[in-house]
Amino acid sequence: MIYDVIVIGAGVTGSAVARELSRYETNVCVLEKCEDVCEGTSKANSAIVHAGFDAAEGSLMAKLNVRGNEMMDDLSRDLDIPFKRNGSLVVCIHKEAIDGLKDLYDRGVKNGVKGLKILSREEALEMEPNLSENVEGALYAPTGGIICPFELNIAMAENANMNGVDFRFNTEVEDIKKGEDGNWHLRTNNGEYITRYVVNAAGVYADEIHNMVSANKMHIIERRGDYCLLDKTVGGHVSHTIFPQPTRLGKGVLVSPTVHGNLIVGPTAVDLENKEGNNTTAAGIDDLITKAGDHVRNLPIRNVITSFAGLRAHEEHHEFIIEEVKDAPNFIDCAGIESPGLTSSPAIGEMVGKMMKDMMGLKEKANWISTRKGVKKTEGLSIEERNALIKENPAYGTIICRCESITEGEILDAIHRPLGARSLDGVKRRTRAGMGRCQAGFCSPRTMEILHRELGIPYEKITKSGGRSNIVIERTKGEVSGS
Amino acid sequence: MKTYDIVIVGGGPAGLAAAVAAREAGNDSILILERDHELGGILNQCIHNGFGLHTFKEELTGPEYAYRFIKQVLDLGIEYRLNTMVMDIASDKTVTAMNSEDGMFRIPAKAVILAMGCRERPRGALNIPGYRPAGIFSAGTAQRLVNIEGYMPGREVVILGSGDIGLIMARRMTLEGARVKVVAELMPYSGGLKRNIVQCLNDYGIPLKLSHTVVDIEGRDHISAVTIAEVGPGKKPIPGTEERYTCDTLLLSCGLIPENELSRSAGVQMSPVTSGPVVNESLETNIPGVFACGNVLHVHDLVDYVSEEAKRAGQNAVKYISGGCKDAESSEVIELVATEGARYTVPGTINRERMDDLLTVRFRVGDVYKNSFVSVYFDDERVVHNEKRILAPGEMEQIILQKKKLLEYPNLKKITVKIEKE
Repeated sequence: MIYDVIVIGAGVTGSAVARELSRYETNVCVLEKCEDVCEGTSKANSAIVHAGFDAAEGSLMAKLNVRGNEMMDDLSRDLDIPFKRNGSLVVCIHKEAIDGLKDLYDRGVKNGVKGLKILSREEALEMEPNLSENVEGALYAPTGGIICPFELNIAMAENANMNGVDFRFNTEVEDIKKGEDGNWHLRTNNGEYITRYVVNAAGVYADEIHNMVSANKMHIIERRGDYCLLDKTVGGHVSHTIFPQPTRLGKGVLVSPTVHGNLIVGPTAVDLENKEGNNTTAAGIDDLITKAGDHVRNLPIRNVITSFAGLRAHEEHHEFIIEEVKDAPNFIDCAGIESPGLTSSPAIGEMVGKMMKDMMGLKEKANWISTRKGVKKTEGLSIEERNALIKENPAYGTIICRCESITEGEILDAIHRPLGARSLDGVKRRTRAGMGRCQAGFCSPRTMEILHRELGIPYEKITKSGGRSNIVIERTKGEVSGS
Repeated sequence: MKTYDIVIVGGGPAGLAAAVAAREAGNDSILILERDHELGGILNQCIHNGFGLHTFKEELTGPEYAYRFIKQVLDLGIEYRLNTMVMDIASDKTVTAMNSEDGMFRIPAKAVILAMGCRERPRGALNIPGYRPAGIFSAGTAQRLVNIEGYMPGREVVILGSGDIGLIMARRMTLEGARVKVVAELMPYSGGLKRNIVQCLNDYGIPLKLSHTVVDIEGRDHISAVTIAEVGPGKKPIPGTEERYTCDTLLLSCGLIPENELSRSAGVQMSPVTSGPVVNESLETNIPGVFACGNVLHVHDLVDYVSEEAKRAGQNAVKYISGGCKDAESSEVIELVATEGARYTVPGTINRERMDDLLTVRFRVGDVYKNSFVSVYFDDERVVHNEKRILAPGEMEQIILQKKKLLEYPNLKKITVKIEKE
């Protein structure tokens, strides 16, 4: 079959584009090289909804950041995504740099950021008592927020899928050629796909995909960021997102509560030439702990429950590239989507959707489904509500993940839904089972049992996150000889 | 849901022994709440032998040891609920729990015994740099996969940490045909029992590298190699000492953490050293009627000591309910202090009138001490001076205090436990 549009990449950008395209009468397919959505940059970032004062005035980045921020209230309600406007503070700790806050303020006002306010040392400390002793002042942005990045990505993809968008996982695009029929022919490890239009939302691989069709070469630099995630017992150490003043390398090491109540510290910024280089380093972790301590006092770093690294898809001009490729008609790039990419993603989707509607002359569907319900959460339910749920489905009475109190019912929901979970990480990102302080030590054997039972996957084929990430390799000796 | 006098949180060795002791002390309104699908706790996956030498004077496997207590629980008709998670313990001793049959329910208990055990320190808490592939397990998770589920995580194994579960798994994986290449231990001494180092590593020619740690993990989907290095002052890796080991499995045995989330939210006061509750001679926490025993109180080396401790918690819970503890409240409390090599003591305080004729005080040391003395001071007077050929952090130590002796010191304020060279 010939698709109207193929989107390459099921990260937050590709999923946002797919969802917007699903409004129209057109057939769309998303190709993803990993086994699930949200496997690249989208899963390993600060989980922040930026206010929008950082990006250069008049840039696409600034426009889409502010628009994405504005869209987040409605979107999180429609798609059932955990989101909170906790407000952010850019903290100045050097007297001579205090004018920098004013510059940021002015830029923010020009970018259309609402409610910005410069705080005195006293005002800042009153708002956030654990700021450094050295605080000289701060820029307060009430529209700054925190979001679950997995849920944002998953929700948009699920909603697109509900509205008829196909998703093909474990499908990596190896080459793209314009056919004599005028269509794009995509060679993949799973055969050839043919389409009229291509949207390139391949994250750190967007340059490789772009360079398959264009003579004007693109170069994405992988800018690695290490993070530490701290236990929920210290999630309240700060209540706002605390940034240092920005530098040439970015917005610096932040300290923020997460929308689920942990504390996140990071990222570092190290430029690489390695698209799979998301390993943490001892130097990186040391660096971020030191830097975070400059702005936040008594950082309870010994409560770290995990560390991870993500790769930002940094384009050398530090600007989002969202356009039809000049020497490749009907091929649209969404490239260089680094921070504030997560915030901007709904606005990128909206922009690309409108662009393609006009290019392709698309008509809106009469029956487009605009909402989606996430996995039914049991946390915070009253006894009566729990018991009603357990009566309906006893699986809601069995706790699988002790640390996050996730029930079997929630895991079953995550498996049996559009684009459902097929791996331990898939379950984790949809339910939080395994995301707590024991880091899946207790629940992984039980989640494996559920995946095996529900999906018929043999134990040896159950993976952490697809590919070769199987958990066990074979039966023990006793079982082999006994069977 | 019925109400009960005593609710025991956890049906592992501590919970079982506490239940049996409470029943034998005369209470017949006891409920054990167990989150797994059978009683016995972690012992069910400890299929090796070596359990019960002190309690039963014979060598049992973990499941056999557990069954000795499970049988008593069954014979005594003690009630229990399986697959049941305790969601909350309120400071008024109301226990909220949940399972798929009864739903969520509340029990206003007269006494609560905390017996939740401990969990393993995961990779994330160790800040080991590198990729985050499949094939990295805490030793106990691997033990469950191998011994309960019947699956092998891999064939070429590196182990970080020399805690007892890691040592046991080194032997277990070897017996299953895997090759255990090395056990790296950050500290200059092992955190496990001497007998496990001999029987699980030495007997199989598995090298133990002290003062070593993992400095890199390779492999994107699945672990393919680790690099270990020697550590110097401040536990920092020494450049140039790196050694790379190809492997498909990394097991972590880097410490156990008492599982006290429920205790904390109930308002139980915790010790920063043990990560367990602070208890008095009756194993009672700062909340009257809430007792703690087993690995939730402090991590034990031998299950025999868990059973013995839990027995006292069960008996004291019954005593508390019958009002037996109250008359002593007015009398003075003696503080127990661990110092100079001794890391902590359990209990932390003693009320002479409430104590038994003999009271076992357990503690661990913070380093390896050879030819040293365990000393006990009553205020400034040294009353115990026991020579020990070797003291090690992996082995729990104990001293026994006599009530009779304590009564000879009417103004006693403080008992100090320390390690002395002479």
